[in-house]
Order: sequence, then structure tokens, then C-alpha cells
Amino acid sequence: MRNIQAQDVIDAVAKMCMDANRYLPEDVLSAFKAAQENEDSPVAKEIFRQLLENSDLAQESGLPLCQDTGLAVLFVELGEDCRVEGGSLRDVLTQGVRKGYEEGFLRKSACDPLTRANTGDNTPAVIHIDVVPGDRLKICMMAKGGGSENMSRVTMLAPAQGWEGIKKFVVNRVAEAGPNPCPPIILGIGVGGTFDYAPILAKKALMRKLDDTHPDPQIAAMEKELLDEVNALGIGPMGLGGKTTCLGLKIAMGPCHLASLPLAVNVQCHSARHKEVVL
Amino acid sequence: MAQYNLSTPLSKDDLAKLTSGDVVFLTGTIYTARDAAHKRIIEALDKGEQPPFDLDGAIIYYVGPSPAPPGRPIGSAGPTTSCRMDTYTPRLHSLGLAATIGKGKRDAGVKAALQEHTGVYFGATGGAGALLSQCIKAAEIVAFEELGPEAVRALTVQDFPLLVINDSHGEELYAVPNLAAAGCACADGG
Repeated sequence: MRNIQAQDVIDAVAKMCMDANRYLPEDVLSAFKAAQENEDSPVAKEIFRQLLENSDLAQESGLPLCQDTGLAVLFVELGEDCRVEGGSLRDVLTQGVRKGYEEGFLRKSACDPLTRANTGDNTPAVIHIDVVPGDRLKICMMAKGGGSENMSRVTMLAPAQGWEGIKKFVVNRVAEAGPNPCPPIILGIGVGGTFDYAPILAKKALMRKLDDTHPDPQIAAMEKELLDEVNALGIGPMGLGGKTTCLGLKIAMGPCHLASLPLAVNVQCHSARHKEVVL
Repeated sequence: MAQYNLSTPLSKDDLAKLTSGDVVFLTGTIYTARDAAHKRIIEALDKGEQPPFDLDGAIIYYVGPSPAPPGRPIGSAGPTTSCRMDTYTPRLHSLGLAATIGKGKRDAGVKAALQEHTGVYFGATGGAGALLSQCIKAAEIVAFEELGPEAVRALTVQDFPLLVINDSHGEELYAVPNLAAAGCACADGG
């Protein structure tokens, strides 16, 4: 049994929270540059210029990319042959989020759903823990903003609606959201599972790199087809019109009940902030 | 589309001449308020109390900034989604509010209020909070400090970059989604 020290986990999570909020992943920056080149509209080009300048400024100044530094969402894979020494896993992860948001001058957005009282330290985080083979602890952290999360939806389609029904729901969701989720967006699409599992598939799909290709050629083709349809909407950066409504669309599928076709659309703003660490 | 350098307070003449698509670089004082602060302001008005700042000619920026690191007046400070404030906005325009700053669509009630009271809805670039923060020279909490990021702050801004989204003439800048181009599966809008 391999031991991992609690303090190492706390420090790693804190650093991920701070780094995710300051440094956009390279694939996202590359997508901005390509889209800036590809756009015809001067307004659309100007938005990408601002987003790239914003990224430079966040790196130089240490200010977060966006004032909405998100709820911290953690996907954790705990190897069966390792354990955290000096604290229970969930507590340790929570301490890391607390430390990162405090020391990084990040906004504390966690609150009670009804009283709206702010918890003051951006905890509790949303933590999903899987136990997997191996002796490593893998943590994927996403700083998920509220504006794009509000535009996300779950629905239970009838099996007869199939792929056409999925496409129709996704395109209409993006059209309805319009400028609200800070386009250009990224879409995580969860297909199958259950009412609770489809959105987890969708959110995990958002952790993929924009420039990757789904290993299943059929799903890769579906991702491209739906991405093209979404971009044909012409909503464009900030909803001001243009070719780039969506920078990437990632589908994750899971088996479902004979009677069901669950579908989750998790909308991610252009400030796609996530980090990964393996301890 | 025109470009203007304007200073607060904005006059009715300033507001009336702005049309959707105009670029405005705004200098002066604006007030932050988002969900919780709006609720408090409306509750104060319902009780016949004074709002925390003079609404006449005022500009509200929908923002909950991140904490100010040492040596800076404010943290990252970009716009939040405006539609959550739609329920409160027409009343504030009827009491003299000149303009709001945010991102995303407004409802029919807000658009009607802009026309009726000669107001403007400005868009700032969402997710560019570090960049927009550079145009904020001072920030002072003026009410509801206990709301933390949602407290009402008076911001001193210089050349703050804005786009006119909804003007006082009923025009809007946002693109209308082209459902037909997105595939026949979606043409019925279901």
C-alpha cells in the first residue's frame, strides 16, 4: 500500500485551483488564435483579440482570467493500492480548495441555494471519487462558472428520437442560450446512463482537449457533424455574430435502460479552466 | 456604428444618440450590483427607504469582482449574465437609472423600459475580467458589505470599453440564431 501525504494533496489541489484560474490550457489558446484567423467579422476578431490579451494579462498580473472563478469540481481517481495518510480524502481535497481560493485571491461563489448565504471559502466543492486499479491518485479540477452552467440542460428523450432528436435538442439549447453563456462555448454532451449519470458523462467530456479526436470513429464523426450544425447558428463570439459559436463538442456515451435515452448538455464558456495532477 | 468617449453622468442627450453597435469608452463613476444587491435595493424601495446610491442618471455594472490582491483597487471584474436582473431593471429605469452593463440577453420588459425612459444596455466582454479590471482605477464599498463579492461598490473607471447592445430606439445588436442553417432537424424550433 502506497502512502500519499495529506499535505501533498492539499498543496496540489490548491495549486490547481490557482493555476486553472490564471492559465488557459494551450489547446484553448490555440483554438482562440485559429478562430481569430478564421473569422471575417471585425467584431468577432476583436473579441478574440481581447480574450488573448486577457489571457496574457492574467498570466502577467496574477489576476484570475474571469471574476467568476467558479465552483471547484473535482474528478478524483483513487488507486486501490494507495491511501492518503494524515486525513480523509474528501476533507483533504476540501482543504486544498479552501487554501487555493483564499491564497489565490479567487472569488468565493459557494452559497446556500435558498438563503443565498455565502460559505465564505468556496467549499464544499463538488467532488466525484472513483476507486480504480493502481497506486496513484489522479485529480482533475475544473473551475466551473455559473453563467455557462445555468445554460446547461438534462432531458430524457424517447428512444425513438435517436440521434436526430439529440441533435435537435443540442442545437436548440445553444440557440436559446444565445449570448448568455459567454460564447464561443464548448459543449460536453452526455448520452445514455441514467438521469443522474448523463450530466456526469457530459461534464467529464469537457475535460478532453479541444484538438483531440474521439477514439471511436463513429462518435468522432458525430461530434464533427453536431459541431458544424451548432456553428451554423452564427451566434458567434459574445453573441455578436460570426463563424465561431462553439470551439469544440465532445460526446461521452454510456449504456442506458431499454426505455430511456438520457441526454445532458453541459455548456462551458470560452474560459475553459481545468487542470489535472497525478500523485 | 459610431465610437464615443463619454463621461458620467450620462445625459438624456447622450443616451438618446447611442444606437446598437456603437462603441463607448466610458469614464467616471459606475455602481456594481448583481443578484443579492438588487434584491436589497428593491426591498429598500418597497419600504420607502433611499437606495444606497442616487439612481438618477446612474449606471449599474452587473459584476461580482474577485478579491483585490495587494496593490490593486480590485480583482478581476468582468460582467455577469444580465437576465437574472431583468425582473428588477424596469423599476430602476423608471426611477432614473440611465444604463446597465452586463452580458447576454434582456427581456421584453427591460427593452420597453429602455425605450420609455431613454436608457441603454451596454455589453462588456464576458470572461475578460483581468483585461477590464485594468480600466478600474478605484473601488469603494458603498453598501451591503456583508454580501462580499455582491456588495455595492462605486467604481471609478477610465475608458471602460462597452458596446451598445440595446438602445433607446428598440434596436438590438445580438445575432439571431440561424436555425434553418443549422439543419432541417431544427427548423421547427422544438
